[in-house]
Amino acid sequence: MRREVPLIITGIVGITLIISYFIPHTPFNLLQDLFTDWYQIVAAFAIILGILNLLRISLDKVYKKKKGWFFGLVVVLSFFFIVIPGFFFSGGRGFQNPGTPFFWIYFYIYIPLMSTMFALLAFFVASASYRAFRARNKEATMLLLAAFFVMLGRVPIGYYLSSWLPESYQLATVADWIMNFPQTAGQRAIMIGIALGIVSSSLRVILGLERAYIGGE
Amino acid sequence: MKFFDRLLAIDRRIIFLFVIIAVTLPLFSKATLHIEVSPMVKAVYDAVDNLPPGSKVLVSFDYDPASAPELQPMALSFFRHCFSKDLKVVIIGLWPQGPVQANIALEDVFRDPEIKAKNLKYGVDYVNLGYMAGNEVVIQSMGSNIHTTFPADYTGNRTSELPLMKGIKNFDNIDFIYNLSAGYPGTMEWVQFAVDRFQAKLGAGNTAVQAPGMYPYIPEQLVGVLGGMKGGAEYEIIAKRPARAVSYMLSQGVSHAVIIFFIIIGNLAFFVTRGKKKTS
Amino acid sequence: MRIFRTLRLENKRINYILVFLLFIFSLFILTPALAQVDKSVTTLWEDTLPPSPPAEVKAKDTPNDAGGSITITWTKSLDDSTGRNNVIGYEILRSTSVDGEFELVGNTTAGAQQFMDTDTKDKVEYFYKIKAVTQVLSSVSLPSQPAISTQQWFNTDRINILIAVLIISFSILYFIRRARAGKKLYVRKIAGLEAVSDAVGRATEMGKKIFFVPGIQDMNNMMTIAGITILGKVAQLTAQYETRLEVPTSRSMVMVSCRETVKEAYTNVGRPDAYNDDMVYYLTDDQFGFSAAVAGLFVREKPATIFLQGHFFAESLILAETGNSIGAIQIAGTAALAQLPFFVAACDYTLIGEEFFAASAYLSEDPKLLGSIKGQDVGKFIFLLAILIGVILITAGIYDLSKFFAT
Repeated sequence: MRREVPLIITGIVGITLIISYFIPHTPFNLLQDLFTDWYQIVAAFAIILGILNLLRISLDKVYKKKKGWFFGLVVVLSFFFIVIPGFFFSGGRGFQNPGTPFFWIYFYIYIPLMSTMFALLAFFVASASYRAFRARNKEATMLLLAAFFVMLGRVPIGYYLSSWLPESYQLATVADWIMNFPQTAGQRAIMIGIALGIVSSSLRVILGLERAYIGGE
Repeated sequence: MKFFDRLLAIDRRIIFLFVIIAVTLPLFSKATLHIEVSPMVKAVYDAVDNLPPGSKVLVSFDYDPASAPELQPMALSFFRHCFSKDLKVVIIGLWPQGPVQANIALEDVFRDPEIKAKNLKYGVDYVNLGYMAGNEVVIQSMGSNIHTTFPADYTGNRTSELPLMKGIKNFDNIDFIYNLSAGYPGTMEWVQFAVDRFQAKLGAGNTAVQAPGMYPYIPEQLVGVLGGMKGGAEYEIIAKRPARAVSYMLSQGVSHAVIIFFIIIGNLAFFVTRGKKKTS
Repeated sequence: MRIFRTLRLENKRINYILVFLLFIFSLFILTPALAQVDKSVTTLWEDTLPPSPPAEVKAKDTPNDAGGSITITWTKSLDDSTGRNNVIGYEILRSTSVDGEFELVGNTTAGAQQFMDTDTKDKVEYFYKIKAVTQVLSSVSLPSQPAISTQQWFNTDRINILIAVLIISFSILYFIRRARAGKKLYVRKIAGLEAVSDAVGRATEMGKKIFFVPGIQDMNNMMTIAGITILGKVAQLTAQYETRLEVPTSRSMVMVSCRETVKEAYTNVGRPDAYNDDMVYYLTDDQFGFSAAVAGLFVREKPATIFLQGHFFAESLILAETGNSIGAIQIAGTAALAQLPFFVAACDYTLIGEEFFAASAYLSEDPKLLGSIKGQDVGKFIFLLAILIGVILITAGIYDLSKFFAT
């Protein structure tokens, strides 16, 4: 029963929602919003589960001085550093307004940290490009050339390098052509494959053939 | 040949060092590069520019601080354009940090003397309805009634009591939607739920990585898209107010050139060492 | 003629000439001003005239909805962007009787020719009038025929989707049935999936950990479910080989689901004692907070194998490059189009799009699941054919087949 009940619920809800997509009549039109609301409520309560798990593991690491215990301490202290001012000292509903302690933490700590992490991509793109764009074979050479044209065509330097050429041969025009035609065509082809894959996977889940996500075989 | 072998296995930290120099040094230069405005960006600009004064524009902030370096300049130049044309702006967010980013952009744009002189009033010229959980369901709900989707604004005022919102019920009363997006939910959801279902007019600003994914939707479902920092710079150029994005393009251009330089020398080392292996 | 006496101008002829010259001179001064007055008088005059009213007002039940909505269309006023060009918008008026009082239910800007009234009660007759409005005046159209909003049982706009879903679903079910009947089905080799057991074996030999990251989205995302099904297969292998497995998650419900999956996998292989709840743990919902934590774990723990299977965003390259820098073998899988190039560049194997969704069927080698892959190939073939035929038809100017696929 432990596995059968979730499978039955999955099947009924899945088929009902597929049918409701085609039937605008009440009550079918309300089902999607209703189930989404239920899901949001469950997910909101589930956050508490995750937070308790995180705190438990981190405190356990600190208490037993396991490997990397210092990072556990940082997690716990950061957690309370944001939650306490946010809940109790930031004016209730307007806690995100400029001037509150929460906004100060958001603006002077959170934003720089997030921007820094995102900025790491610039470095990783450089090292990944250096390693990946090698003309090992025909396909790799085509990839290399495409990357070359798009990278240069997308910045003003491309204009300076090719402005003496007729417009249809300039780097920006070639880059746009690559992005608008072969790239878009490839994306659309992969999207069609993905859509079919999702249909197939969803059908397997609804019919109960796919059970691994609830711990089945 | 050992030099080329070492080049193939170069420590990535050396590449990182070159990238740091390529990105930071141009920031100290006041030089600007020529930026060609693409048709996609021009389409968004023209769509806004052709709106008569008093038209209602909905701006959805669907990004977090991580994407702010790319999307915040777009938000700023868009707000500047809207307010200079006396358009009314309604702000929402499908990401929790979105409305906060909107407030930061508003603070920045209100420092502009031209915009400051207009003495814009909250509730009359612009409103921030805040964040609403639900992703695409929020968009669908707004298509029926924005007031029931956002019963109160960012600070708790009842939406129905805001003068600007009195004439707005759903997308039928919105003349243009502009979505700034860094992922999910984002432009794709706006296309699927606002444009396809409610025939709204939509323009978008996306990160450079995401923008190509939106090209299939242009021009029937999406008026145009600003892609990454370059898209933001193009918008600033066409609006004749070069600002942050334009100034950052030199950094981006030089760093692209550095990456290409490393790709070229990497390939050179690859061919030389491969040739050596063949002969040996 | 006091002025003449004052000016001591006794000659009457000269006086009249001077008056005449004064008159001509004043004309030169006043004419431009008069022209302005004339223009404003003209505008004022125009504004005293009401605009031409909208015509052909039609109201009908909005199709394919759950009722409560009537769509009104009209022909623009002749003074909207033509004629006097002074119409600034339209007001939509509604009443429940043709002679009753009409109340305002909405307005649109100039140029509009359609409005959806979403505030109607079903089975009630409504009449509509459209008022063209200028700065000063307005004029109202004749009332429309009555319209009643109703609910529909089928959304006819989606009939093409229904046909596609039915065809693809039936083909999937057909091939599942054939597979159940014992028919052997050929599925091409997918390099990334062939490498899974080798990758787990590598970690076992090196005595190092395996990290499995099931993406950063929640359980309502199909990619997350696909990632978790792959986790089940990987967990079975790690249980058999006694390799340490860690699964950091970005969502609490994903953590719960992954725990169930891994626990069940260990139990099925006969190693429930080797399972520990702390193998699967929650970090944070925040995208870059999660990637910072996981990148740090990669650098400190130095796993031999990393699986990145699920829905990722910008953090994909951070995770993949960090994994590459520590020398781990990486098998990625996602249907997030924008992240595929990063995984292809930085990982050893990448499952692209539908390969990722086929992974669970492929790894299980269950005929029923393999049959579903065959079924989706039929769908792909149909789309290929439609694209080919559509391109030929539109190139020849015969027909635009894309209209059939519009929603």
